Parts: sequence; structure tokens; C-alpha cells
Amino acid sequence: MKLIDQHTKTIMEGCKLRARDAGLRFEDESLEYIVTNRDLIELSPKVMIPTLYDYWVHDVEVLKERGKYELYPGNPYETVINTRPAISFYNDNNPDWLNVMIFYHVIGHIDFFQNNLYFRHTWDYDFNGEALSDKRAIAKLRSERGRWVDYVIEFARGIDNLVGYHGLLSKIFSAPDSGISEKVDYYFDIYLQDIAKANISKYIKELERYNTSVKEDPAMGEQSFFSQVDQGHPEFASLFKKHQEAKKQKPQDLLEFILEHSKMLGREENQWMLMVIQIIRKTGLFFQPQIRTKIMNEGWASYWHENLYMQDDRISGHEVDFARVNAGVTAMPRVGLNPYALGMRLFYFLEEIAEKGRISWEYQHLADAGRRKDYDAKTGKGRDFIFKARENFSDFTFIHSFVDQDFVTANKLFVADKRLNQQKMVWEYYVKSRSADDYREMLMASLYHPPCIEVDEEKTKQKGLYLIHRFEGKPLLAEYIPNTMLGIEYLWGGPVQLETMEVVATPQAPRMPAMPGIVASQTDAPKPRELKWQRVRYTMEDRKLSKKVL
Amino acid sequence: MHSKLSKIYRNLNKVGLTAEQEEKILLELNDDRTHDTPIIDGRMAVVTTDEGRIRLLNLYDYHDLMTLQAMAQPRGSYVSHIRSIDELLEKDRQREKDGFPRKIRVGKMIKPGKAGKGKVVVVPTTVEEKFIHDPNFTAQEEGQGGSGDGEEGEVIGEQPVRDPDEAGAGGPGQGEGGQHEMESSAYDLGKILTEQFELPNLQDKGKKRSLTRYTYDMTDRNRGSGQVLDKKATLKEIVETNIHLGNIPDIDDIDPSRFIISPRDRIYRVLSKEKDFEAQAVVFFLRDYSGSMAGKATELVVTQHVLIYSWLLYQYANQVESRFILHDTEAKEVEDFYTYYNSRVAGGTQVFSAYEMVNHIVKEENLAADCNIYVFHGTDGDDWDTEGKKAVPALKEMLGYVSRVGVTIAEHAGSSQNDTEVERYLKKSGLLEKFPNLLRLDTINESTDEPRLIEGIKRLIS
Repeated sequence: MKLIDQHTKTIMEGCKLRARDAGLRFEDESLEYIVTNRDLIELSPKVMIPTLYDYWVHDVEVLKERGKYELYPGNPYETVINTRPAISFYNDNNPDWLNVMIFYHVIGHIDFFQNNLYFRHTWDYDFNGEALSDKRAIAKLRSERGRWVDYVIEFARGIDNLVGYHGLLSKIFSAPDSGISEKVDYYFDIYLQDIAKANISKYIKELERYNTSVKEDPAMGEQSFFSQVDQGHPEFASLFKKHQEAKKQKPQDLLEFILEHSKMLGREENQWMLMVIQIIRKTGLFFQPQIRTKIMNEGWASYWHENLYMQDDRISGHEVDFARVNAGVTAMPRVGLNPYALGMRLFYFLEEIAEKGRISWEYQHLADAGRRKDYDAKTGKGRDFIFKARENFSDFTFIHSFVDQDFVTANKLFVADKRLNQQKMVWEYYVKSRSADDYREMLMASLYHPPCIEVDEEKTKQKGLYLIHRFEGKPLLAEYIPNTMLGIEYLWGGPVQLETMEVVATPQAPRMPAMPGIVASQTDAPKPRELKWQRVRYTMEDRKLSKKVL
Repeated sequence: MHSKLSKIYRNLNKVGLTAEQEEKILLELNDDRTHDTPIIDGRMAVVTTDEGRIRLLNLYDYHDLMTLQAMAQPRGSYVSHIRSIDELLEKDRQREKDGFPRKIRVGKMIKPGKAGKGKVVVVPTTVEEKFIHDPNFTAQEEGQGGSGDGEEGEVIGEQPVRDPDEAGAGGPGQGEGGQHEMESSAYDLGKILTEQFELPNLQDKGKKRSLTRYTYDMTDRNRGSGQVLDKKATLKEIVETNIHLGNIPDIDDIDPSRFIISPRDRIYRVLSKEKDFEAQAVVFFLRDYSGSMAGKATELVVTQHVLIYSWLLYQYANQVESRFILHDTEAKEVEDFYTYYNSRVAGGTQVFSAYEMVNHIVKEENLAADCNIYVFHGTDGDDWDTEGKKAVPALKEMLGYVSRVGVTIAEHAGSSQNDTEVERYLKKSGLLEKFPNLLRLDTINESTDEPRLIEGIKRLIS
């Protein structure tokens, strides 16, 4: 890989100036590299991070077809990576006018990486540098421990999609200190309500008592309040202490739980494994926001490359070339989902409705279609609003909040489905629904969503690690369960159990026998199969898997 | 087709069926699929819409490098990373010694060559297992995104169920294969299986008969003496000699009478020994492609057959003749592995049809006299002929001449274990005990992985 030449770098710097003027915010430094096909072969298994640790699976053809994105949340062919400085990759024969467009797109991504709050945990360090030191650490361990390092990497990677990303975010963004102590919070929010089960009058009485004692003596009021509590409820102090400890120690996810409680990892000679697992966990967390903001991130970058390109004075004469390339990127496909097109249209749509003041109670409750159509409060806040949206939303919340009937109708969107036409032997794609609710549901269903698997600490105390899959209407891929559990068993150093739901195998209800001479009707949608679910428990013990229906 | 099936069904019904059997049969009977070569999954398919052809992409299939910069997905070979497949497999064997299951799979056929019979493209692959939601679970059909005009219900595009352009897809009924390829002939795969996976060597390679016969033919050439003068070759030599001698002053006006002829210029054809290769073994692959075989069962059976096929090719040093027979209620011979591998499931099941066809072929072509005959049969164990009234006698006849019959039953998840119709009547017939060297049965279930398949092969052939 080599850096782009000075001429091209000057173009990039010019793009940065114009982007800043338009309101984008990003760090000054960035690195741009030319990549060849050969570089890509090496980079794409490493999710475009040049310094990612080595692992043999990266070198083998991996069967990614099944559940590809659920297994690999990183984008294997990303143009720009979220490092400090941000690194971006280019084809070596792009003409200047095309580079201008790509640079604006890349700047859009960098702005998104550095401002969207879902990336907050990646802001304070350079992942590229950290990955390099991790890579060296793993290489060193490998020279000492040989293949066992790869086993630990493998098993840890087996559960790296279960990292507690949202837990991490909520820790970062926990409510700011309001001057009320933890003890008071616990007393009123948890103790009185859940443990003492106080009725409302008692609750209010306590609240008043607290307020008066603090008012009377701002410095010592709280203490005197609690001294009285201790008299009435002698168990309160110890309960509070327990609560504090539990809160502090609660591991975020399965990997962290294993790190803290595994007997196997606790042994002196296995201490090195901790480092490997921590590296895997950190890497997993790093890639989480990327896949959860695909539509927004691409939409935001497309919005800006389109806007800034058209205003750029350096590219005159290439408007038609640009239009052709841009249409290829941002056109809505007749069938299929294009995140560039969808995200960009959502940002344009939001800008317009915010500009017209339609994100308001007043507009939402307007019933008159004519008045809705002409509603325009001329707020001048359109741009501001989309900047806020890029800061505070992820794909899930973005779609949930803003894909409404106005948007779906304005962009002529619909849910398409396919059915078999037996006479022509083709799959026919047809317009299934133009309702915003259906469209939103379809979008939600196509978003990345790893299963939620939690540790049951109580049951873990009885017989080995006890995992519970929080069921969301979809079973786990049964084929992958044995080897994943085998890995967990190794890391845990004892038996592992997993509770989940499975479909009871029932043959499909027989249809009416086909009558000779009568063609089966083709418009009938096949009736959804009725499913019976059963709760099952997998147990992995001594590398042997067994299953029990509960 | 259906009326014929219905007739079989009515006949069966007269004899009497249990409710469970009837349900299974009805399921296959009312199946409206047809056998044909590859199907394409909805994903990544090319759809011809009213606005032109588009490749159907998922939300996460879009990448900046491809979309914005029009870069092709990188293509590379393994050689750039891994020194050899042997090294990879060596590593994998070490894994097994360490007590973990093997992770490299070799039985995945990416592009079955339609041309050369022995050509199988094999890519070593692996999978990183994690807990994920089952992507094939279709309780809620979610549909696709779309945009543009059209009333609800209006058809906007179509995609052929069978697309000639997409032939050679990634497996029995799978999407596109990977872009990296490592070619390996089936022979090499057989070698890998034998050496790396420790499949047994065949003890009796049929040495009773001579491996090669010689025929005599006038194919070799000899200078100076021999039986028949090769005029053309001789003339060439003479011209060459004369050019060297400077005896041809003008090439446009050659006078042959002035040629100087050396005795060494005369080229003769001589009688010589020729090896005549003769197939030593005939292998029949029988595959149940009835409707009930849909999905994993077929994948397992064909994967196992790819492996057996490769192993036998290696064992018999390429001198294997293979015959491929597909059966539902009727048996049909297909000419190459490609069709065998890719034909789609549909229809009902009558196992005896395939067995009778093998008997018929063997008798007709008098194969039993000259060859070792192997028969491998893959099924899910359902059979409309629930008692095996016709299958068992046909099998008995077969056992009279074969070297080995290997039956693989891929049980469906959720059905009771070791209790399929085929397994039941095989056991009941007592043939398994009577001919332990000739008839082998291997029962696998849907969660079987490749190491287990290879294990199964050992059971079938050892």
C-alpha cells in the first residue's frame, strides 16, 4: 500500500475545507492509501484494518453464505475505517472528478464515525495502533504457546457476537450526577418499592421527611434521615451494601463473565489466555456500531457527497459523469434494499419536514389532508435537525422513528415478495404492500440482530455455566450450537448448559390432493405453518453434547 | 406423473397403511415440485423487472469499494496465503489429536465440472460457528424492499426457477459458489481422504485379474528399420537433411530427384505393446431424490457420495466406471456426476425401482463377470413400499454379485431414531447379519458434519 500522491492529497484537503464550511466536524488528520487487488485480498478478511491480529481462518475460504452478516458484523470492503487518523482506501486509477466525489463520501463517513454517539467508545483511542500492539502480543504468545493460542482465539470468537455493546453504551451515558446520592436513589427507587413494598402514603411521607431534613440541614440532613431509616429498617444498610457490590461486579456479557469466573482461566498457567480473550472482546465491541448504523452511515455520506459535489467549483465540466455514477450509487432499486439510497432519502425527507416544522405535535395531529399537504412553518431548522439525527440515532431507532406513511408514499416504496408461477416456472416478484407499517417491519427484520444470550448466575452455581437464550421468535441455528458450546466449555473449564426454544418437528399439514386436469391456483399464498415450540436444554459436558426437552 | 403416483397410492391404500405412513405419502404425492438441475435461491439472484435486470442485494451486500469505486471483489488463490492444502490438513489432524473436532471441510463441491467426469473442484472451507438466529427460519416471510409504481398485487419482475446462466452453483440447491477456487481432481481428493483422513486402503484391489491387458498396434516409430515405411515422416526427415546440407537452393522449385537420402531418414512404424485400460470396478451411486429428501438430507447424501466417488477413483487408480442412478418412484440413470449432484428433489419414493435397475444393468451388460461392483445408496429412509416387499428381494439378488452395498440413511430431525422404513425392513430381512461383508448400513441424522460423513464411509467400505 502506498499513499496517494501530493496532487490528489491537495484535492482531499480542498474537500475537507469545503465540508467544514458546510458544518461537518472531524479531526484534521487523515490518511489515504492506494490499494491493489493483492492488498484487498489481505485486507478484507481483516475487515480492512491493516494491523488486525493474524488468524488462520482469515486465510481460508470461509463458508459465509449462511447468516453471513450475523457472523461477521464488520464491513469487509469498507472504504474508510474508524481509526485515528481515519484511513481510507482508493483505486489507483480514479480520475480526479471521481476522487472528489469519493472524498466527500469518505468525509461524510469520518464525520459520522466521530460524531454519532453509538461510536462513543471508539473515540478516545486509535484502534489501528491498539490492534498493532494486540497483533504483536498474539504473535509473541503464539511463539510461546503454539497452536493453543489459536484455539483460544477460535473459542473466544465463537461468542464475540454476544458482546455487551448496549451495556457498554449505557455505562458511558449513564445519567449525569444530579447531586442525589446513590443511597437515596436506592432507598426510594428500589428499597421502598420492591423490598419494603411501601404503599403510596408511606412513600410520600418518607419523601417529605427526606425533603424537610435536607432543607433543615443541607450538610448533614441526609445522614440524619438515614439514621432514622436504620432504626426502622435494620436490614437496609446491609442490603444497600449488597446492592452496591452486585452493581459494581456485574459483568457486561458472556465473555466478561467467563473472564471473571472461569476456573480454567483462573489457573496460574492459563493467565495468558485472559489477554487473548480481552483482545477478541475489544475487537468485537469495536465493530458493533458499524453494522448497526449501515443505513444511516451510508445515507449520511451519500447526502453529503451529493450536496458538496454539486457546489464544488473545481469539478465543472464533469456534472454528467458525476450524475451517472451518483445515480448508480443512490438509485432506489426496483427490488431490493440499497442502504445508500434509503438512508440518503431519509435524510432529505427529515431535512424537509424539519424545515417545514412537521416534526411537531401540531402537525402530527392535523387531520385535514389538504392542510397537511401545505403545512409549512418555515422554521429554517432543517439542517440542524439532520445534524442532530446523525448524532443520536442508530439504524433501529432511525427507522423506527422516521419511516412513516409520508416517507413511504413520497418515495413510492413498497414491500415486495415473490411467489412461484408454476406454468412459467419463474419466481414472480409482486408489490405486496405499500403500508408504512409493513415497510418498517420489513426493514426491521432485515437489520443485523444477534441473539441475546445471558448467564443465569443462580443456576450457574449448581452445575456449571448456565446460559439462557432470550427467545425472540427465531430459533438458534442448530448446526452451530455444538461447536460453539464446545468452545465455551473449554474456556469455562466445566460443563455448560444452554436453554433455548426449538420448533417441534411436525410434518406440514397435507394439502388437498391435486385433482387431475385442474391447475392448482397460484394466487393462494401458502398458509403459514403452525409452529409448536418447545423449551430445550443443551448440555455440553466432557466435549459431548446432549439435549433434553424441558 | 401425478396420475401415475396416485395409482401407486391407491394400490398401497388397498393393502392398508397406517396414518403416519399415509401422511408421509400424501405429502410427497401432493408435492408440486419437479426434478431439474440447479435451483437458485432467492438471494443474490438476478431478477428481470419491468425496469431491467437487477441483481437482488441485501442491505449489507453493499460496500463502498464496490459501489463507489467499482472495484471488483478481490480474487486470489490460496497459494498466496497457505503453502498447501496438506499443511492445512496437517494442522487439522493435530486438532483432532488435541481433542477438538476437525474444522477443515473438503467435501464441498463448488463447481462440478460438466465436462471431464473425474473433474471435481474442491475448495477447503471452514466455518466459524457462533450462536446466531437461524437464517433459514421462515416463520414470518418478511419480503423484500422495493420502489416505484405498481398497485398492490401487481407483478413487477420475475426470476426463472431454473436459470441456464447460473449453472454450476455452489452445491445441491445452493447459491453462487465462492470466488476463490482451488482445482483438485477427484483423484486428488481421494488421495487426501486416504492419507489425511485415514480412510482405509482397499485390501483387495482385484489383483486376481491382470490390471492391464496389452494390445499390439503399429503406433511406435523406428528409424532405419521396421515393418511399414511411414512415408510422410520419412519425407520430412529427408527435407530436413537436405536443408542442412544446403541441397535445396530454391524452395519454390524443389527437385526431389536431386535429394540425398541418408539411411537414418527412413522412418518405419513398428508393432508395439499397448496398455489397454480396463475398468476394474463399477460403482453404482443411487440417490433418492424424492420430495422428502429436500434440504439437508440431500446435501449430506451427495457430499458423502462425492467423497466415496473420489476415494474410489484414487483406490482404483482412475479405473472406475461410475453409474449414477436417481430414483423417486421410478429409477433413472443419468450420465454424469453433475446431473446426479444437482438434480432437484420431487416426487414419491420407491426404493426397489433403483435396486431393480441396478440388477437389470448388471445382467444386461454382464458386468458381474469382469468387475468388482459397488453400490452406494443414499436415502432418507422413507419408502412407500413400507415392508420392503419388492426392495428386499431385489437387494438379495444384488448381494449375489456385488463386492459391497452401502446404504446411507439420512434421518430427518424430529423423526424417531433408527426407525425409518428402509432401516426397519433391512433389519427385519436379516440380510445385514447374513452378509456382513457385503451389506453395510450407516444411519446419520441431519446435524451430521463432514468428519462424521467420512467416519460413515469407513463404516460402509471397511
